[in-house]
Amino acid sequence: MEVPRHWRTQSARYALEGTVCQRCGETSFPPRDLCSRCGSGEVIAKRLSGRGEIYSYSTVFQGPNGFAEYAPYLVALVRLAEGPLVAAQLTDVDPDAVQIGMPVEMVTRRLREDGPKGIVVYGYKFRPPLVAG
Amino acid sequence: MSEVFAVGIGQTEVGEHWDRSLRQLGAAAARAALADAGTDRVDALYVGNMLAGDLSGQHHLGPLIAEHAGLLGIEAVAVEAACGSGGAAFRTAFLAVASGHVEAALVVGVEKMTDRPGKEVTQGLVTAADADFESQIGLSFVAINALLMRRYLLEHRVSRDDFAPFIVNAHANAVHNPMAMYRFAVSAAEFSRQAMVADPISVLDSSPVCDGAAAVLLCSRDRARGLGRNAARVRACTVGTDTIALHDRRDPLELAAAVRSSRRAYELAGIQPRDIDLFEAHDAFSIMTALSLEAAGFAERGRGVAFGASGAIAIDGDLPLSTMGGLKARGHPVGATGVYQIAEVLLQLRGEAGQNQVKNATLGMAQNIGGSGATVVTTVLEAVR
Repeated sequence: MEVPRHWRTQSARYALEGTVCQRCGETSFPPRDLCSRCGSGEVIAKRLSGRGEIYSYSTVFQGPNGFAEYAPYLVALVRLAEGPLVAAQLTDVDPDAVQIGMPVEMVTRRLREDGPKGIVVYGYKFRPPLVAG
Repeated sequence: MSEVFAVGIGQTEVGEHWDRSLRQLGAAAARAALADAGTDRVDALYVGNMLAGDLSGQHHLGPLIAEHAGLLGIEAVAVEAACGSGGAAFRTAFLAVASGHVEAALVVGVEKMTDRPGKEVTQGLVTAADADFESQIGLSFVAINALLMRRYLLEHRVSRDDFAPFIVNAHANAVHNPMAMYRFAVSAAEFSRQAMVADPISVLDSSPVCDGAAAVLLCSRDRARGLGRNAARVRACTVGTDTIALHDRRDPLELAAAVRSSRRAYELAGIQPRDIDLFEAHDAFSIMTALSLEAAGFAERGRGVAFGASGAIAIDGDLPLSTMGGLKARGHPVGATGVYQIAEVLLQLRGEAGQNQVKNATLGMAQNIGGSGATVVTTVLEAVR
């Protein structure tokens, strides 16, 4: 990943920071400069809870650039508690146990390494929630 | 606005053309369309292509194809809309002729995918998606379609085996298309036992990586006089769009861009879905076929798969589908696909589809999809007899 792109998207990738529209209340993730519902530019950053459930999932056997060495890996669309869908990898889970509707939580994990001189890219993945006790 | 007529068709065989370059493929289709129309007079060229920059190190295809097709010096530009590039180039040519500024416009869709290894093609294809929030987390284009299909299976209570009729139909039709890449039949049982590419999408759910080029010549009514065998009229060509990322859609199982473009096309042509005699759908993955049938109003929401099993999609059915093999079996040279679809509709309307001829085909529709549904181009053509 290019360093400026990494820098621009890091609050979304590290902190699951989206936006909330001050006019209509719509929550967006990824963050947007214009509300996707009402078109207002009055949006402010908001860190999302990271809780949600699996909307759909699959397994990637041949990934895009930078991901080939990690295949196969699980990917999902996660319906966040605040409403938006997010595309993310699943981690710390038995592939056979994954199902639609399963509760998950966000964790920060290494996504990829861009060779010996490139950056190590971290970002969100989702896992089944750790249960206290 | 002037009426627009399609007077010439050209196609190269779809396949692995290691012996032919991007420019040779594009030029061959262009020359074939001009020969078919019986003219050399073209005022403008619009080239549909998605991946030449990534896979051939070549952008700027307008002048490149014009030069090698013997059209040096004419207006020529390339149009990009991911896998919808061919349809978008057709739309551009249609607008040019309809506006009256251009008398004859040639559309060429061309793609060269097989020079590079699979992982580079995978990377190229995923540029149709959201680079910041889909491919950067590791999603491939196949996986995006798999996420859609998995959800569809659950919400609409169907199994992946229920998609078999789409694949069986496409392959059966490709057997008789000399331009098709996979000219062999496939049975439902073979579909059922295929290995997964991205569960629940199997090898046989997916269209192949390939090379190819197709071309169509569009003309004003005046220029069309005396040209071409059995010209057809473009009744509508419309573009609808949606969010680039699947996760940003209100309802990922509705192809809203296809709803928008097909409704507008029906309105412009003054027709209903039931008036369409054949449909070239964008069956890059079988889930896309089901979602397209629903979005274009041929099946109720969630009933696209049942529609496929009903027999309606056969050559002698109510809505023959993928009549020359579709993306699935003719092949999916991505930026060329939209032009192949339209060329195939034109073959049907001209009565030149051979053993796959749909009887009394008068109105045909092609729908070309870019990405996971962010661009949808719907084209309705009518036979002129």
